[in-house]
Amino acid sequence: MNPVMNSALNSGMAPVATPFFFYMLAGLAVIGGVLVITRRNAVHSALALIVTLLAVAGLYLMLYAPFVAGVQIIVYAGGIMVLFLFVIMLVNIERSSKERRFNRMWPVGLAAACALLALFVSAFAKGKALFPDRMMTLPESSNTQQIATMLYGEAGRMGQYTFAFEIASLLLLVAILGAVIMTKKKI
Amino acid sequence: MPNFIMSYLGSTVTPGEAGNQFWALIYVLIIFAGVSVAVICMNWIERKALAHFQVRLGPMRVGPHGLLQPIADALKLMLKEDIIPSEADQFVFWVAPLIGLLAAFTVYTVIPFGPSQAVSDMNIGILFMLGVSSLGVLGIVVAGWASNSHYPLIGALRSSAQMVSYEVAMGLAVVSAILMTSLNASGTGTLSMIGIVQAQQQQGVWFIFKFFPLGLIAFVIFAIAMVAETNRAPFDMAEAESELTAGYHTEYSGLRWSLFMLAEYAAMIAVSSIAVTLWLGGWMRPFPNLLNAPAWDFIFSLFPGLTFLGLAAIAFVGTARMPADSFFKIQRIGLAVFAALLGFIALLLLAIAVAGRFADASVGARFRDGIDYIYWFVLKVAVFMYLFIWYRATWPRYRFDQLMKIGWKVMLPISLGVLVVTAIVGVIVS
Amino acid sequence: MVPITTLHYLVVAAALFVLGVIGVLTRRNVVIVLMSIELILNAVNLNLVAFSRMWGNLHGQLFAIFIVVDAAAEAAVGLGILIAFFRNRETINVDEIDLLKW
Repeated sequence: MNPVMNSALNSGMAPVATPFFFYMLAGLAVIGGVLVITRRNAVHSALALIVTLLAVAGLYLMLYAPFVAGVQIIVYAGGIMVLFLFVIMLVNIERSSKERRFNRMWPVGLAAACALLALFVSAFAKGKALFPDRMMTLPESSNTQQIATMLYGEAGRMGQYTFAFEIASLLLLVAILGAVIMTKKKI
Repeated sequence: MPNFIMSYLGSTVTPGEAGNQFWALIYVLIIFAGVSVAVICMNWIERKALAHFQVRLGPMRVGPHGLLQPIADALKLMLKEDIIPSEADQFVFWVAPLIGLLAAFTVYTVIPFGPSQAVSDMNIGILFMLGVSSLGVLGIVVAGWASNSHYPLIGALRSSAQMVSYEVAMGLAVVSAILMTSLNASGTGTLSMIGIVQAQQQQGVWFIFKFFPLGLIAFVIFAIAMVAETNRAPFDMAEAESELTAGYHTEYSGLRWSLFMLAEYAAMIAVSSIAVTLWLGGWMRPFPNLLNAPAWDFIFSLFPGLTFLGLAAIAFVGTARMPADSFFKIQRIGLAVFAALLGFIALLLLAIAVAGRFADASVGARFRDGIDYIYWFVLKVAVFMYLFIWYRATWPRYRFDQLMKIGWKVMLPISLGVLVVTAIVGVIVS
Repeated sequence: MVPITTLHYLVVAAALFVLGVIGVLTRRNVVIVLMSIELILNAVNLNLVAFSRMWGNLHGQLFAIFIVVDAAAEAAVGLGILIAFFRNRETINVDEIDLLKW
């Protein structure tokens, strides 16, 4: 165990039984992911995806990123997934339960994905030395404030990401307008 | 190990922050039991209050004044046949009530009943609360879909549309309150639930009265949105019995149905707690800065005992007013015992208050303070719970299109405007 | 037990990414294809946050937040297209979305 981890464990703030929770959350995330792509029923897939999202939020908490975890829960699990379920119910067609689940090209897709997996594995195996074996302990209690400072800047100065943030709001506006225009029969 | 257990008692932070798992577990169990009891009480009060609003008596048979009715109901629901429709999606049907229940109860980990009377103090507390309470809608949607029946599906669609819409206005109202926490010397606000109440303490004002009327408007927006969030009358289109029989839980029965009810009432208490924390000063007693002499502290610390004394007096009056018929003998005895129990709790609380007055800053004083904090918090939440009943008895149900119109075209612009004006005023003031 | 390092998180993220790619390439139902895209985005987010912790700065977390914003916009527009398409063709299968003009 490296010194940084040690000091984190000694400070009393460190989460307990870290490996156990990591493997539990990682297992939940991966199992959820498998269920998402194999279930015939879209609602089951959506539920599995919710499990994955919550597990990933838990992983964020373990990575000292509480704000991202909160955003993940509130936007993904509470917002986007409700939208998904809503649309599934609107377009729920009976025959989809009797049809083929996968398209005709599925062997090609699977082969491509396996190639990608092999690429990942070889990259991780070869580059293991490149990833420093360390984990910084980020100050968890001021995480939100630091993110806010980077987003909005402080004391009248623009933050590093202020412009990107404004662009993101524009993106959301365009998305809202696009969704409304496409789905409404008569504007 | 006793040392491990005892060492927390003198601490001034939450067990989660102190890293004390034993006390965190104890707090979780206390809160779980407390919320369940509160839901049972709420059930009885709602039935009685609604009955009296409509000049009826309400439950009178099981126990004196129907006091044991909720227990009888719970027994009945547990013993009833648990029907799963044959065409339903078995697994999803089974898991849907649990999603709602988990979402409703997980929220309580961050609710601050006092400066150290919470399971944990997350620095994303309010974000966590809003996020997890918004997971409750998943349970409802999925329940409606899994029932494979028309009315539940329509109810679920209505409810998901309604909750997603009102979450926006609710979130913006919350943001304007969070903005107010940053009006201090350092200029940094907080998302922590305990931090929000402490900010109100430092600024010497509940946020409902801050920048009058801005805080009040934001509070009203939240108070309306939270009724819609919990699918309560007058926004209970999702389960409108005159239109959709019972909405998303039409096909549910027995224990599963009662889980839905438990989740709904737990969610009501949770959102009321958010409102109390953000705008009504959380655990603080009235005028903590104006009337801050030790004598005032003592007077206010008598309130919990006096409240129970008042309840005991009401119960005694009820006992005295019972018809002097041998038929009511057992009920009279029961009510008298209940009144005596309330009186005993009152005396205990008064004794703690008096003893805490003369104790030094020790475990005893901390215990006394804890009772004070929890009392004021619960009292404020109880007011909201009564308001929920009052709304239900008073207002007719909205039409669905009117509801969406109010949500998007009235509440959202107002809450956005309040947010902007609050920000401007905050900049000018600081 | 081996302490959890960045590599552990990267492996989880890689697994989620590959699962998402499989979903996108093989499923027919558009809704599930969109969900697989969410899986991919989550894998990327997990990578970014893990690196953020490895280097001890918050840029990775900020990128993750921007990606969440993107995901919300993508889901809204994607599902909007899906509903518009379903209204015209009564199907939500990707391999039946093959007309250049309607």
